[in-house]
Amino acid sequence: MSAPPSPDEGLTAAQLAAKHGLTVSGARPSLFEYVRQLWDRRHFILAFSRAKLTAQYSQAKLGQLWQVATPLLNAAVYFFIFGMLLGAREGIPSDIYVPFLVTGVFVFTFTQSSVLAGVRAISGNLGLVRALHFPRASLPLSFALQQLQQLLYSMIVLVVIMMAFGSFPDLSWLLVLPALTLQFVFNSGLALIFARMGSKTPDLAQLMPFLLRTWMYASGVMFSIPAMLADKNWPGWITDVLQWNPAAIYMDLVRFAMIDGYDSSFLPAHVWAFALGWAVLAGGVGFVYFWKAEERYGRG
Amino acid sequence: MADPVKDAERIPTVIADELHIVYRVNGAKSGKGSATAALSRILKRGEERGVRKVHAVRGVSFVAYRGEAIGLIGSNGSGKSTLLRAIAGLLPAEKGKVYTDGQPSLLGVNAALMNDLTGERNVILGGLAMGMSREQIKERYQEIVDFSGINEKGDFITLPMRTYSSGMAARLRFSIAAAKDHDVLMIDEALATGDRKFQKRSEERIRELRKEAGTVFLVSHNNKSIRDTCNRVLWLERGELRMDGPTDEVLKEYEKFTGK
Repeated sequence: MSAPPSPDEGLTAAQLAAKHGLTVSGARPSLFEYVRQLWDRRHFILAFSRAKLTAQYSQAKLGQLWQVATPLLNAAVYFFIFGMLLGAREGIPSDIYVPFLVTGVFVFTFTQSSVLAGVRAISGNLGLVRALHFPRASLPLSFALQQLQQLLYSMIVLVVIMMAFGSFPDLSWLLVLPALTLQFVFNSGLALIFARMGSKTPDLAQLMPFLLRTWMYASGVMFSIPAMLADKNWPGWITDVLQWNPAAIYMDLVRFAMIDGYDSSFLPAHVWAFALGWAVLAGGVGFVYFWKAEERYGRG
Repeated sequence: MADPVKDAERIPTVIADELHIVYRVNGAKSGKGSATAALSRILKRGEERGVRKVHAVRGVSFVAYRGEAIGLIGSNGSGKSTLLRAIAGLLPAEKGKVYTDGQPSLLGVNAALMNDLTGERNVILGGLAMGMSREQIKERYQEIVDFSGINEKGDFITLPMRTYSSGMAARLRFSIAAAKDHDVLMIDEALATGDRKFQKRSEERIRELRKEAGTVFLVSHNNKSIRDTCNRVLWLERGELRMDGPTDEVLKEYEKFTGK
């Protein structure tokens, strides 16, 4: 060994580093600093989400038309099975069942695909994590943002369906904005939580579709929770608790905003408070939970 | 040291202190691969459930100074690339620490680019991924495209990258990666891409980058390019630092070792 001689001879590595102002490579920044770094990367987050969205259908002949066609086909399948074959429409006036169902499918898909993308956000992009430096939360946030843009395409379909079934744009439609904003914060929080869990346990990618499907059936995507429970002699608070489930809350809010005839009698008590509470809870917990492991992502 | 810089002025830029890196590989545990075997491993308590560990870097210590160009040599799988990633802070250390001045960066953006997007959008995406601002990218965009030479044979930059030949894609990737200046620059065998003309151009660009960067690390199996570029060499073997010294000394021993 021919270690070069140095005037700093005799100092330990840590002392030498401190003397010359060197810092530990890949250490986790403070929470405040982390937010600042993320803000600096906002253009990357947006560009990455849009690139993913475009790349999705770039080989298809119809191209970006699939952004709209996919949600439409999805809604058609659910309508065929639940609306026509199973007749899940009890309790809902039949003239609003189609918009009711389609809204539910689109809004739930928004959360569902954010969670699924979140699980693979780190574990599916290890190459990127191991090659470049950026706050790792950029990835799950970028995927959540991709789903938000996907939802905006779905909203085009939704507006057409609404008008076809007699609900026309009015002032109450503006309520969609706060509802979807809160849902986006909620989804981002979930994506962050599952990104950390998925980075440690990639097996979650296999498990989550089942959990999410269970969640979907329990959330009243294709039926009305209060109408379903009306003929059972259960205490009223059970209905409330089921309706306070975040997926049900955001679906009901969008339905309430857009569908004429879906009035506040379908909504649980304190609906906006719960919408806000879920968003703040998931967003806050998710962000801190993800940041806590920042320096460990990329370990193979 | 062949380094002309006086001892008193030597400023450390990278310090590795007893660095250990361990990879954990799921599902590569020796033994039966059947579902029941996997299940019994999950049920067995303890640290090692179905995970195999690969100890890639074992207790490496060194100090790199400003103005040095350091070559990393060693046979395949000796831990060179892993060590680079650890210095860049991209792979968490199992034990020990790496101290750096500023943020070292690896030369390479391959992972951020998407084959389904046009070359144009990939330039922007790659630049943003490396931490450049939109303005910086706009400023250098033409430079990047011209350097890659993608448009010499027609308007290819507006076509998806999957339509490029492998040489063209490699040239565009290098051009994007080399567009940014770095304090501590690490190059992992990036020299051998494209045709002869492009190789010359990229070697020149790397020399430029070296001048601007404080410290350069170069991983290569090409002893000539190490000799041309580096004044100090670290020789890794089985994850351990076997030798550290001036280029000529270490390369002489290394060539003896490999039987050249």
